[in-house]
Formats: sequence, C-alpha cells, structure tokens
Amino acid sequence: MNRYITAYYLDEENLLKGLGQLKAKGLKIRDVLTPFPVHGVDKVLNMRRSRLTRVAFLAGAVGALLGFGFQAWIFTIDYPLNIGGKPFFSVPSFMPVTFELTVLFSAFAMVIAFFMSNQLGPGAKALIHDERATDDRFLVVVEVDDSRAEENIREIELALAEAGAEGITIKA
Amino acid sequence: MYTSPLREPLIRGNKNYKQVTDDILSPMAGKPSKYWYAGITLAGIALLFGAWATFRTVFYGIGEWGLNKTIGWGWGITNFVWWVGIGHAGTFISAILLLFRQKWRTSINRSAEAMTLIAVMCAGFFPLIHMGRLLLGFYIFPYPNTRALWVNFNSPLLWDVFAISTYFAVSLVFWYVGLIPDLGTVRDRATTKIRKAIYGFLSFGWTGSARHWSRHETVSLILAGLAAPLVLSVHTIVSFDFATSVIPGWHTTIFPPYFVSGAIFSGFAMVLTLMIVTRKALNLEEYITLNHIESMNKIIILTGSIVGIAYLTEFFIAWYSGVEFETYAFFNRAFGPYAWAYWIMMTCNVITPQLFWFRKIRMSVVLTFIISIFVNIGMWFERFVIVVTSLHRDFLPSSWTMYKPSLVEVGLYVGTLGLFFTLFLLFIRVFPVIAVAEVKSVLKSSGEKQKTTDHE
Repeated sequence: MNRYITAYYLDEENLLKGLGQLKAKGLKIRDVLTPFPVHGVDKVLNMRRSRLTRVAFLAGAVGALLGFGFQAWIFTIDYPLNIGGKPFFSVPSFMPVTFELTVLFSAFAMVIAFFMSNQLGPGAKALIHDERATDDRFLVVVEVDDSRAEENIREIELALAEAGAEGITIKA
Repeated sequence: MYTSPLREPLIRGNKNYKQVTDDILSPMAGKPSKYWYAGITLAGIALLFGAWATFRTVFYGIGEWGLNKTIGWGWGITNFVWWVGIGHAGTFISAILLLFRQKWRTSINRSAEAMTLIAVMCAGFFPLIHMGRLLLGFYIFPYPNTRALWVNFNSPLLWDVFAISTYFAVSLVFWYVGLIPDLGTVRDRATTKIRKAIYGFLSFGWTGSARHWSRHETVSLILAGLAAPLVLSVHTIVSFDFATSVIPGWHTTIFPPYFVSGAIFSGFAMVLTLMIVTRKALNLEEYITLNHIESMNKIIILTGSIVGIAYLTEFFIAWYSGVEFETYAFFNRAFGPYAWAYWIMMTCNVITPQLFWFRKIRMSVVLTFIISIFVNIGMWFERFVIVVTSLHRDFLPSSWTMYKPSLVEVGLYVGTLGLFFTLFLLFIRVFPVIAVAEVKSVLKSSGEKQKTTDHE
C-alpha cells in the first residue's frame, strides 16, 4: 500500500476551507473522515451522485410485480378458491400485500447495496487512522506519490500546514 | 447574519462536539444506577408473570382466557392494536419528521425508534399466542405445502401478517443503519478489549469516510420515504381487520384515518412517558429540552383532536345512517353496560389532550407526564371499547353476554409490559439513546454556540 499522510481539523468549516486550498494545490485527497456528514466534501472529492436510489426503485418494482403476480397466479390459475362469492381476480384485495412487498424489497435491496458498495458488514475491519475521527476531529487522508516520496511528503506537509491542518502524521 | 431571537436552541448549554459525545455516551459506561436495577427487577417480575400466563395458554389452550362464543376477541386483540399503535410514533418521528426536515427529531428519534421495535415485538406476540397452538404459526405464510393450500389473500388478517412483519423488518433496518455511525463512535472510545471487539463487530467497520456518509444520507432519506407510507399502511390494515367485517360498530369507512391518527396519538404519549423519565435519569435534559416536549405535545393536540372528531363523527353517522343495528351499537357503547369504559376513553382521549392548548401545561414536565399516562390509558380503552362493546350484544339477544378477562389474559398483558420495559432498559445500557452524529450535525445551526461564533 502507498504511503499516506493524515491531518485533522477541529471544525467542519475550516475543513471545507482547507480542502479547497489543498485541492487547488493539486494534492491527491484519498479520503475525508468526519464524525457527521459534512455537506460540501462530496464536491471536493468529485463524488458521483449515489446510484442507490436506482437500486431502490428497481427492487421495489420487482417486489411489486412479484407480490401482485404471485397472488394473481394463485387465485386465478393455481388454486382458484371461492371466498364469499368474491371475484377470483380481485385487484383491490391484492393491493395491501403488493404494497408491503414493494416496500420490503426496496428497503432491503437498497440497504444491502449500501453495505456492499461501502464494503461494510458484520465484523468488517475498519482501518482506523485516528480514533477521534468519530468523535470531534475532521480527518484528511492525502496520498503520497511513491516515485518521489521524500520530496512529495515535504510538499504535502507544507501544503497541509498552510491550509491550517493540525496533527500531520505520515503513515504506511 | 441576523438570527431570530425567538428561536430557542435545540441543544442547550454551549456544547462542543466532544461534549456531545461524552454526554450521550456516558450512561453506557460504568455501573447502572440503583433506579435502573429497581426498574429492571420490576419489569422482570412482570415478565415472569407473562411467562406463566404464556405457559398456561400454550399448555391448556385458549380456554384459559375469558372469551366465550359471543365475544371471540377480547384483551388479546385490544393489546395487539394498542402496542402496534404505540410503535407508530417512532416511525413518525424518524421518517415523516425527517422528510419534513424537522431538526428537533434528532434528539428523540433513536429511542423512539427503539420503542417502536420493542412495541411491535409486544404486539406480534398477541396474534401468535391467540392461535393457542404456536407451532402452527407458519400456516399463515404462503409456501408450497403438502396440504396443497394457499393462504387467503382476500383476508385482512393475512394482510396484517404481511404489514406487521414488513413494518418490523424495515423499522429494524432503518434503526440499525442510523445506529452504525454511533456504534463506530462507541467502538473508538472503548477502553476494554472485549468492548472494542463487540462494538467493532456491530459497527460493521464504519470509519466515517465522506463517501460512506454521502451514501448513508441517501439511504436514510429513501428509507424514510419508504417508511412514511409504510407506517400509514400498517394501522390502515389493522383497521381493516375491523372495517371489512359486517359487525355494527366496526363496519365504518372512517376507520383507517381514525386508527392512524389514534396510533400516532398514543405513540407520542408513550414516547413522552419514556422520554421524561429517561432524560431525567440519564441527565440528558440539555438534549431533550422543554421545547422537544412542547413540540410533541403539539402533535398530541393535533392527533388527539382528530381522534375526538372521529368519535363524534362515528356517533353522528351511526344515528344519521338510520340503520337500526348501527344506532344501537353506538347507543349501547355510550349508555350500555360498558359505558364506564366508553367514558374513560372519552375523558382520557378527548378532554385531557385539550389541556395542552395552555402553554403552561405544555411546558410542564410533571403535567405532561401525567397527561401522557392518561392518553395511554385512554387509547387502551378505545380499543377495548371497539372490540368488546361491538361484540357483546350481537344480532341474537339470547346470546348477549358480558366479558371479563381471566388472570391468564391479564398476565399476558402485564407480561408484554414487562418485556417492553426490560428491553428498553437494556437498550439504554448498550446503545446510545440519542443519535450522536445527527445531534452534532444540527449543533452549529441550532445550538446555543451558533450565536457567538458563526457570523464574523
């Protein structure tokens, strides 16, 4: 793994200001770790809009079709039962189960996709750079160019210090 | 920038991020107080009573209950609807208030949602136990079987199975996804190896990466969007259990909205009952402030008034419809042998919440606590009145009768109360009761500090 440098801010506004400066200097920011979602970081890191919403929609559609189709198949083809003289294919009474399955499929598929895309899961190992990143520190992780490590490290350290970051640490 | 002096801060006491973490996580560390032990002992005794009642029901059968051939639904279904209703407040707070961008929800959503999960567990117990033979519980699921039979998809009781199980599953996922960042915080502060290992496992490897946060926000928003109609559907379907029947007193189209608002009404009452004790016991008064209590009280006035109007509408329509049986069912409710239950319901649900129009009462912790208990009682009686008074005088006067619960039925109810408080007390020991990360994210915009630092 490449060497990298971490530094932290004590406030999210300083973080955002600092990130802007670091980006202008052309530093490769690998990650930003924050105790709560900070809006604006996504722009600095050039993150795409999450596609999880599509997963939710598709899975919901599958759930709806499956729920409705299953009930319709059972009551019209597989085993038509006369229940109080009601029609076999009765759309309104299939709606509640269809709706519940839509929600169930959508929610579960989206959450599973969320865990997979983040590589999170029961017992997943977290690479902890600084234990205070989940408390009150806003951590920046900068990549070091290994082909000219010594020189690059000095540049990054200088840039971080200029951008007001504290606790600059080199890690491998 | 000008900030309105009228807007009270959501979080009191000039906190910084570290203090927020310390304050909220401190109840999880150290030994529990003697009140906690007293509470869990009491809840445990209630739970044992429930275990005894469950044993009697399973071993000897439903004959142990006070039901008879006229009144086939008694306390069992009353308790079921009561518990499901209580659950609704948690989802309302975490999903619907999130969609409406109500920032005050951040202090109460975690514990309200935990309350939802526990209440739905208590609710789910009753349909299971009322079958008498728990082993046959799987009959309600549609799976290919040797009997070559499917379930009846035209039955609201089956819809209930789907609604309640989906509701529980989605609420659990929603709650846990929200909990993961805070579990990461707990892991990173843990001092012992075992604690670190357990919370490390539970936190799913959370680091607080900006990429994860971005997706986390998307997931929370969509889950809220899914949970909001879900919660409305659940009590709608519960009301269908009654509304799709042909029993006078049940067969009314007003039931779905009336049940949903009743559910949110009773749920907020239970949230208040729990929160008022929790904030005091865990020293969280700066996070769950009087403003939070007031906001919840306002929702109680709104939903309580909807419930009150529903009662009156129901009564009016029963008379206006000109249907003899319908009119009798309602007249019998108010002036028949169960009139005492009806008037307890009317007093607790229609009159007491109206006291919250007075700001003094809304802002008083003690009065709010008392009224919240009244609402809990009133909403239990509402379900009792709907279930029992509609049944006890049916179409054949020779089978008119009265219903009294047996000790076993009382035991089952007390047992679920025991379960509820046991699990809630365990919850406040092992998980952060307030969403730490969410509180931090509103601290700047809505904390007290904001006035001094933000605008230079």
